[in-house]
Amino acid sequence: MALSRNISVSEASRPKLPRHARLRFDETRQVWVILAPERVLAPDEIAVEVLQLCDGVRSVADIIDQLTVKYTAPRDAIATDVIAMLQDLADKGFLTEAREKTS
Amino acid sequence: MSDILADSKTAGTAAPSDGLAVLESQRSTAETFGIPLAVLAELTHRCPLQCPYCSNPVELDRAGAELTTDEWKRVLSELAEIGVLQIHFSGGEPTARKDLVELVQHATDVGLYSNLITSAVLLTKEKLSALADAGLCHVQISFQGNEPVIADRVAGLKNAHEKKLEVAKWTRELDLPLTVNAVMHRQNLHQLPDIIQMAVDLDADRLEVANVQYYGWALKNRAALMPTLEQIEEASRIVEEAATRLKGILAIDYVVPDYYALRPKKCMGGWGRQFFNISPAGKVLPCHAAESITGLEFESVRSNHSIAWIWQNSEAFNRYRGTGWMPEPCKSCEFREIDFGGCRCQAFALTGDAGNTDPACTLSPRHEEIFRQAEREAAAHQDRFLYRNFAGGTLETEREHGA
Repeated sequence: MALSRNISVSEASRPKLPRHARLRFDETRQVWVILAPERVLAPDEIAVEVLQLCDGVRSVADIIDQLTVKYTAPRDAIATDVIAMLQDLADKGFLTEAREKTS
Repeated sequence: MSDILADSKTAGTAAPSDGLAVLESQRSTAETFGIPLAVLAELTHRCPLQCPYCSNPVELDRAGAELTTDEWKRVLSELAEIGVLQIHFSGGEPTARKDLVELVQHATDVGLYSNLITSAVLLTKEKLSALADAGLCHVQISFQGNEPVIADRVAGLKNAHEKKLEVAKWTRELDLPLTVNAVMHRQNLHQLPDIIQMAVDLDADRLEVANVQYYGWALKNRAALMPTLEQIEEASRIVEEAATRLKGILAIDYVVPDYYALRPKKCMGGWGRQFFNISPAGKVLPCHAAESITGLEFESVRSNHSIAWIWQNSEAFNRYRGTGWMPEPCKSCEFREIDFGGCRCQAFALTGDAGNTDPACTLSPRHEEIFRQAEREAAAHQDRFLYRNFAGGTLETEREHGA
């Protein structure tokens, strides 16, 4: 059951923030933060942009396509960066795949 | 791309990393010392458990002294307004408060991320479900062992362990994230591998392996709780192995007992630097043990002062802030801004002066003596507990101990 958390991010993944991780703008400090158990994380601008696209509906491929158009950069380079970043987040427990409720 | 996330632990004793610097570099309401990211709300000192290492002060607040529902709501609103992001509802046992659902709902309404730190034994499935509906973000359940014989004896409550397992399952059924908090000491450290497996089996996201910190009740019980150096070395090895093996499955936070460390812990991230808690009666404290330091006056949320004012200006918070208060050997120490001289409460408890270097530090003139005493106590096998209660503690009977 717990193994389902250990996700491997690929272009087919449809990642989203798990319930315990909340992305929000901190008005006091004027930064974006991820609120998680016992932690507050300060994602950088690019991470915030990618995370806002992680809605459990879009696939990683969709996200890469969208960023490729926006930044008119080589798709390969964007793909490598996005997947590495999402995998890093997933390994730390701040990203999950859209899935059924734990039974 | 490891720098995309600046990570900051919001409470407890781990060293803050770059995340805090990122957040503190921004202007906040409290200009000098940024308002903490997270605050611990100790709703009550009432608790059905009697753990001999309880982190509450030996002088417990009575039910009649507790803040009312409206007072707590006002506090939550004020915290959110000044920039606090997370609220940890703790105790005592926070579910002993009949208004907990209402308080969690209020935290949600004002935008606070809420965490419930609970012994779980008073929860029903309906109550937990109501808390989830009110927006509770995370549940942390304390465990005293991995099986009922030791766990129920440490808790001083029959069937506590079984109830905790049940509540942990409901927590995951409700899709709430779960942290298992395991407080470790000489009498349960041998269960550590099983406790780690229990956390995996319960589908927990996080496990806190927290060695007992020795002040208050735990100091009274030090002879019964102090591990041996061999136990600590074995525990560190087990945690390290498990953290690697369970990467992506279970995050493990490890708190070492500082009696056996070379450097003291950066307690609370430094006095008045990144943490405060609010006691059941409304005192704003630099740490949950701070009231054990006699001679310090702590301001209350019931005073005419705002919480931000108390944080920035009150004498108790400024007394040990930064490095200006330090005597030698801290004053000229190259580590003074790394550990801020360790723990004030421990310095007070062990040396009688909260302004001394924490004896956990090898540079303290008292370190050797205290380290030896811990070793002697660990070897002496005096295993009877003094249970925590409002009556100043009750010594475990021979019969309970034999059970």
